[in-house]
Amino acid sequence: MSALVANVLSVRDLRLSRGERQVLRGVNLTASRGELLVLMGLSGGGKTTVLRTVAALEPFQAGEIDLGDGVVLRPGPLPRESALRGVRRRVGLVFQLHCLFEHLSALHNITLAPLHVRGQARQEADERARQLLESLGIGHRAEALPRELSGGEAQRVAIARALAMDPPLLLMDEPTASLDPARRGELGATLRRLTGEGRTLVVTTHDDDFARDFATRVVVMAEGEVVEEGPPGEVLDAPRHPATRRLLQHQEPGLDSSGPSRQT
Amino acid sequence: MEVAEELARRLGRRPRFVQVAFTSIDQSVERGDFDIGMTGVEDTPARRAALSVSVPYFEFREVLTVRQADRDRFRTLEDLKGKRLGTLGGTIAYQLLLDASRTLAVEPVSYDDDVHPYEDLASGRLDGVVLDHILARRSARKVPGLVIQPAVLATSHYVIVLARRNSALRDQVDAALGGMMRDGTLERIFRKWDVWDEGQKKLFARVLAGEPRTPPSSVAVPVAAPSGSRLGTALRYLPALLKASLVTLGLSCMAMALAIAVGVAVATGRLYAGRVVSGLLAVYVEVVRGTPVLLQLFVLYYGLSSVVRLPAFVAALIGLGLNYAAYESEIYRGALLAVPRGQLEAARTLGFSELQTLRLVRGPQAFRIALAPMTNDFVALLKDSSLVSVITVVELTKATQIMAANVGSWAVPGLLCAALYLALSLPLSRLARHLEARWRMTA
Repeated sequence: MSALVANVLSVRDLRLSRGERQVLRGVNLTASRGELLVLMGLSGGGKTTVLRTVAALEPFQAGEIDLGDGVVLRPGPLPRESALRGVRRRVGLVFQLHCLFEHLSALHNITLAPLHVRGQARQEADERARQLLESLGIGHRAEALPRELSGGEAQRVAIARALAMDPPLLLMDEPTASLDPARRGELGATLRRLTGEGRTLVVTTHDDDFARDFATRVVVMAEGEVVEEGPPGEVLDAPRHPATRRLLQHQEPGLDSSGPSRQT
Repeated sequence: MEVAEELARRLGRRPRFVQVAFTSIDQSVERGDFDIGMTGVEDTPARRAALSVSVPYFEFREVLTVRQADRDRFRTLEDLKGKRLGTLGGTIAYQLLLDASRTLAVEPVSYDDDVHPYEDLASGRLDGVVLDHILARRSARKVPGLVIQPAVLATSHYVIVLARRNSALRDQVDAALGGMMRDGTLERIFRKWDVWDEGQKKLFARVLAGEPRTPPSSVAVPVAAPSGSRLGTALRYLPALLKASLVTLGLSCMAMALAIAVGVAVATGRLYAGRVVSGLLAVYVEVVRGTPVLLQLFVLYYGLSSVVRLPAFVAALIGLGLNYAAYESEIYRGALLAVPRGQLEAARTLGFSELQTLRLVRGPQAFRIALAPMTNDFVALLKDSSLVSVITVVELTKATQIMAANVGSWAVPGLLCAALYLALSLPLSRLARHLEARWRMTA
């Protein structure tokens, strides 16, 4: 099937500087339909910047971001919002800090965009929002305000808010950061389900257990470049690049970086 | 002034001139800011009750001044039914117009000085001015196109006022004035200033004959309130105060509405518009905040009158509204900036346009942040609205001032006025607190 090989995302030689500092030094990245791509790397390596650039929140100086069907982001200042409709339809982003609209209930956070951007009817939008909350296990929190939600709940509302617009590509910044291991497992299962529905996910994380358990492919970034990529078993169990080994050391202090993994 | 110097010489004192607002001469003299109040101080029963009053030294006639073109149309007050007539607040002429407003439905407009009424008459804001013939003649010379009608609406006298406890000095003043009348000094001064006429001659004769000093004013002026029943007198002014507080409330609400609308526009303009527009808006904010609102009101009402003749209430509304808009815009700008950037980015990734983000995400949250400082400003505006009395709008403070001048005391009018301001502002603060509490729960 051609859909399997068609890339939902192709990042080619992406370069981005802030003043003197080169944040991205030629990043190449692809993700095909149904993939759960995990971006790893030490803090400051450029993971979040890649997500923000793909979501058209950051301008970049060189390279190209191809989102398929002729939707391409090019270097230079960010285009006006009205010229980014195609990108907005294709790419959803779940922020690390969730960034829920503080003045609206969970339900209204989710329905706001369907109502005003897509022009959905209130009833239809409400129904879909409740379905999403239900499927994420927080149907009972629909009327709660963001500040009344726990970190995990807020994260699921943020996921539901992005999913309500039905983007084929969903980016998630550090979704595991605020979760305990049990919740991490639930999140992984949810993301698996989403890829099963044909959605493509690009997720940044520091958590190699999560990557091992759920990623279809792992990409390791260091100092603005992709240094290693492949199936989680290969990259995480037999790291070739020093940056990857350092990353795993950080994750599991006390384990020999060259030693065998716990995975059987 | 010359009379005062001569008087001081005869009293063996060195005059020290203290200039005060015309309407506060009475209170200041009673307070002891100075011993002797004079220059156009009219002989009224209220003054006699509240202060020590000298013998009259000048007789004046209240006359009507109109535009040259209306010379034959507006001869008397009766001809001016339903028209706007200006005068100096707190004078016999003002009382005359207040009475006429009941019988003839003329609209009295009170001024704080004797120049602006004539200018407003010439420019068409008024159809007539009623003041004494001295002021009328002086202004008719300065402002072209005006004519003084011959009919005399009332006659009364200028007197000198002293604090009630100062009656010994009053007797000296009386003696000195008598001396000046007898030896022709006063006549010489009056002739020099071209205000001598038959009326003065007769007045001098009466005064020197020791005629009992019944107020010879020919108009009905409010009956003096003996100090015991000041409260009763004050209560009779209550309806006027209540009406004036409606003016204050209405003006404040409308000015605040204007300030909010313009403030929102300026704040969003400064954040979203291009460099030129936001620069111009910043200049507007700085200029308006950096100059006194009093000056802005004068410029709007008098300064622009050759270009656009705004009615006083409209000028007051625009002046206060635009002034407060500058402050509001800064509150809103700060509040808009306080909405976390992450939420704005989240809105972008969801596909909202800039305008939708402002309307649905940024604006509503900014409004909640701005509510407390806005309430603060509204209460301040309520009180600043008293400044518009300088452009002839009679609001609560002005009405209180008129009442105090007539009652001869600030005690009761001041308390009533303060109570009314509180009655206006307290419910407002309550409402704001209520809204804040509600939004804190549901949003």
